[in-house]
Amino acid sequence: MRSLPTITADADEGVIQGPGQATKHESAHLHVSGAARYTDDLGAPADVLYAYVGLSTVAHARLLSLNLDKVRVAPGVQAVITADDVPGHKDIGPVFPGDPLMVGDAVEFYGQVLFAVAATSQDLARKAARLAIADYAPLEADIRIEQGLANDSYVRPSHTQQRGDAPTAIEQAPLKLRGEFFSGGQEQMYLEGQASMCIPQEDGGMLVYTSTQHPSEGQKLVAEVLNIPMNKVTVDVRRMGGAFGGKETNANQWACIAAVLASKTGRPVKIRLARADDMTATGKRHPFLSRYEVGFDDTGQILGLDLELSGECGMSPDLSDAIVDRAMFHADNAYYLPAAHICGHRVKTNTVSHTAFRGFGGPQGMLAIENVIEQIATATGLDPLAVRRQNFYREEGGRDTTHYGQQLEQHLIEPVVARLEQTSNYQARREEIRTYNSGSAILKRGLALTPIKFGISFTVQHLNQAGALIHVYTDGSIQLNHGGTEMGQGLYTKVAQIVANELQVALENISCTSTRTDKVPNTSPTAASSGTDLNGMAARDAARKIKSRLTEFAAQHFGAESSEVHFADGQITVGEHTLSFSELVQLAYSNRVPLSATGFYRTPKIHYDRETAQGRPFFYFAYGAAVSEVVIDTLTGEYKVLQVDICQDVGQSINPALDIGQIEGGFIQGMGWLTTEELIWGDDGRLQTSNPASYKIPAIGDTPPIFNVELLPDSPNVEATIFHSKAVGEPPLMLAISVWSALRDAICSVADYRHSPRLDAPATPERVLRACEELKARQRQASS
Amino acid sequence: MIRFLLNAEGHQVENVDPNTSALAYIRDTLGLTGTKEGCASGDCGACTVVTGEIHQGEMRYRAINSCITPLGNLHGLQLITVEHLQQGQALHPVQQAMVDEHGSQCGFCTPGFVMSMFAHLKTHDNPQRDEILESLGGNLCRCTGYRPIIDAAVQMYEPSGKDSFSDQQAQTIVELNRIAGSADAIELQGSGRRYLAPRSLASLSTALLEYPEGRLVAGATDLALEITQGLKEIDTLIFTGQVPELLECSDDGHDLHIGAAVSFSDCKNVLLKHWPDLAELLERLGSLQIRNQGTLGGNVANASPIGDMPPALLALDASLVLRRGDVSRVIPVAEFYISYKVTALQAGEFIEQILIPKPADTDWFQTYKISKRLEDDISAVCGAFNLRIEKGRVSSAAIAFGGMAEIPRRAIQCELALVGQPWQQDTIDSAMAALEKDFSPIDDFRASADYRMQVARNLLQRLFMAHTGKTSQLRVTHYA
Repeated sequence: MRSLPTITADADEGVIQGPGQATKHESAHLHVSGAARYTDDLGAPADVLYAYVGLSTVAHARLLSLNLDKVRVAPGVQAVITADDVPGHKDIGPVFPGDPLMVGDAVEFYGQVLFAVAATSQDLARKAARLAIADYAPLEADIRIEQGLANDSYVRPSHTQQRGDAPTAIEQAPLKLRGEFFSGGQEQMYLEGQASMCIPQEDGGMLVYTSTQHPSEGQKLVAEVLNIPMNKVTVDVRRMGGAFGGKETNANQWACIAAVLASKTGRPVKIRLARADDMTATGKRHPFLSRYEVGFDDTGQILGLDLELSGECGMSPDLSDAIVDRAMFHADNAYYLPAAHICGHRVKTNTVSHTAFRGFGGPQGMLAIENVIEQIATATGLDPLAVRRQNFYREEGGRDTTHYGQQLEQHLIEPVVARLEQTSNYQARREEIRTYNSGSAILKRGLALTPIKFGISFTVQHLNQAGALIHVYTDGSIQLNHGGTEMGQGLYTKVAQIVANELQVALENISCTSTRTDKVPNTSPTAASSGTDLNGMAARDAARKIKSRLTEFAAQHFGAESSEVHFADGQITVGEHTLSFSELVQLAYSNRVPLSATGFYRTPKIHYDRETAQGRPFFYFAYGAAVSEVVIDTLTGEYKVLQVDICQDVGQSINPALDIGQIEGGFIQGMGWLTTEELIWGDDGRLQTSNPASYKIPAIGDTPPIFNVELLPDSPNVEATIFHSKAVGEPPLMLAISVWSALRDAICSVADYRHSPRLDAPATPERVLRACEELKARQRQASS
Repeated sequence: MIRFLLNAEGHQVENVDPNTSALAYIRDTLGLTGTKEGCASGDCGACTVVTGEIHQGEMRYRAINSCITPLGNLHGLQLITVEHLQQGQALHPVQQAMVDEHGSQCGFCTPGFVMSMFAHLKTHDNPQRDEILESLGGNLCRCTGYRPIIDAAVQMYEPSGKDSFSDQQAQTIVELNRIAGSADAIELQGSGRRYLAPRSLASLSTALLEYPEGRLVAGATDLALEITQGLKEIDTLIFTGQVPELLECSDDGHDLHIGAAVSFSDCKNVLLKHWPDLAELLERLGSLQIRNQGTLGGNVANASPIGDMPPALLALDASLVLRRGDVSRVIPVAEFYISYKVTALQAGEFIEQILIPKPADTDWFQTYKISKRLEDDISAVCGAFNLRIEKGRVSSAAIAFGGMAEIPRRAIQCELALVGQPWQQDTIDSAMAALEKDFSPIDDFRASADYRMQVARNLLQRLFMAHTGKTSQLRVTHYA
């Protein structure tokens, strides 16, 4: 550069919008105008091909033959590949093997990829893919978790966490209950389906645009299937149209298939799954079956718990080890378990391999213990809130350590619950509802307050690291890059706020560039609610390096001490000198000061010993509570959520608007999981609810008419997280357990709250009606 | 050739496969990628665009799902996509409200929401929560939980609803009239397939005789799935929506006549005038986009056992005017359904009108739809009840159910248990028991057979209580 850019008068104006500000999403103006580009919107080179996949139509079989003759000669077809055409690794299991890119000789679920085709249009590729003739030798298939359990069929060994002598504690307890509870899976239902585009590069390289939460894993797997080094593969993702865990490992297969086809044909290849195929061929939240035995006293206090948590993993391990672990880590929720035996099974079935979904097993573990709490409440005749409170972790009395040995360091459960109990007017409403119910023959209302405690950190220790890269250009504008991906959560916005604050520049001077493996390498998935915690810290580290260099330079240049250099509102003062950020940047450039820096962060303090099942897997916990009120129709099982009040601990919020967005959105998503979102597989293993006509996520009318969300004020994270904030991506999903509890409360009213129904999740209208009928029958039986 | 206004510009389409959806054309040919594909089945609203048409001398705007709209159905309309709202650097008030209220997260559903909100703004003077929910019920968002979107739909009314579309209305009307004034045949040919849009009843009859294998298409809300999901290639599509006689509603004093191509949105008011209890059903039948496209005639002819209107039409003793060539016949809806997806329609025959006898003062009509999700869901069970209760006795009863058999059907045994009996609990009990003789429903992913039967029985209980009780005490949808 021979001449430097002219600095315009307004170059350094604008608002910093640092942490604490309700800054708008950095892409909001693009979202609303249709200008935000997603993978399938990217302009493709003229010779692009469109890939599509052929899926198996049996759940478990040996593939005897696969006749692709008609596929090969179908109009527009340019290439057809099977597992035999994969130059490198044929298995893309992310942690453990078990996920073939395409079927070799064994079909393990209905909807597994048999082959792929590339044609000149999406339509022709899809049509060609349906022309294959597969010949199968069917094998016995375990479709339901009960079948897998009965056959002791597991994808990974079981794991146990234990404190004290649970069997004896239960045996000696004055009251005991045992039971079984099922929670169904959940489809991520990101609005943007899986999509990738691979463009061959010179010298065997591959440029991959893909909708993924884990660009580095995509890079590694594309390199492995192509049998080329990772430095030949670049993965780029600017944004996703939603992900929710469904694009953590499940994005890889489509990128790899497109890459193999692009490599084979030498042409760019796009792949985009039609919705029904996307829902059939990709993993979901794990269904869980829990069996429990609990001992307690007449105050509702749990004395001992034996809980068996069985996660339905599908046909391969994928991330199930960590998911079932997280369910176990959350089987206490907010409750101290003096004696506990928690065992987690990873059950194998011939269904799609279940995968990450917001909460990552945590919701299933938490729901299991909340069901136990509810059963205890009915058995003791106590308000479920009283039972919950009786069991809360407390600072005093030695009730502050989890069953896996992590001590709670910030006791917010009771403060959050007490605050919400008051702001939501819980007790008075409870009385009013009882009165209403006694006078209402058909419609019954229910109310529940449930707490959450959610552990923050990847439980796989090495994932708790992040990198960032900041470039400052000579006009003073800044490019910000980090390893986190943007899926709507506002990560780019929050990290930009952090950098703006650090450098004291206007937020609009910072441009967030797409997450790319050639900018920041070896990244972790954007998952586990960790995006801001990790990448915010890494970006701050990078910003501090640049700031430190500029400070040092300015001090030297103006003959001052470093301590005399101050950055504030786009201006830098050095003693009596004042200059704008861009002026300083130009001066620094001219004096050969590097204006680019990387940043890095690793989470301190965490460890977990799987041998002893003890440790501190979480850097900290996020807390919250919700009150939900519902009305049910005891003739049809239909219901509506009438009011929701939430108080959520986000530490010191970096962006209250985005945090509230995560809380409301997470809550409604959790509500969907527990109410209308029902996955049904036929006995043949085919997913019958494979489109939004049959799989019902909440619609706008399901939003409660009264929906109050409060961020717990004045409670910065006691750990040294970025801005003392807390993660907010996953925890609020579990606040929706209050809806399930409120439905249960309404159902209990049909038998004067004396009997306890089994209410598996999702609590569809059918399940609600069945529970009402069950209680009415028990009431009749008791009175006859 | 088909012609439409692409925002303000005249646009002609020739030599395109008529199986092409409006969405595919918008994204792949026009390169307007702001409109998204979420499901390609009309269930998520990500592909929502707005069409403008002249109605009573003014422009009327409606949201539709472009993914299930055959390209040819755009003929004669103004097509507005999300790219057309912004004026230079200035966001449209709808877009600005979404930004200000943090209404987008991942942003993928946002263009669809923006378009539904735009249509809402153009058709409603004030922001009312229940109306907003109705307008946006067909747009799914997986990120926000909808609260900020509802707030944005209120906020967009400030400061005023005036925009560039209001300013250009006169010009738009001139342009649309120019298209409508052309005598050219409305047809689209490509890839060896054809789309015809006859402009009179006579030419429609002729076209169907000429192409007996041709598929009649109205709103295409179900037919399009054969193309987008089933990947079928339909050689001949014959559109009903350009036939003026099929777009009329009239009243001969005894019967209401509803043209077969009248959309749900267009017959809603006339139906509600006579049967106010249809309001909830019509709000829950698909989504607004679907009701803007879907037609009463299509819903009947589609012969789905879980269609929402057939039970009501059966209970109201409606008839159908069928036409083949220049021969018409009238048959009761009850005789139209023969077996699963099989109707009394002969080759080349089509539904011209639906005739519904107007109610007597003593008639009492109720209809109840039960589904997993309250909005935009397909019924597990749908019941319709048309009763006369005189001097404490049931003098007549017509009861029909959807979701209980392979066709929508009257509950004859149940009716017999009611007619002539006193209107009291034990009569209802025997009517409930009689349902077991009428139906043996099946298990599927929407509901089990037991649930269907239990609910059908319980709906009779609801009916009994509704005669004297308050709806707000009997339906969660009306709870207040």
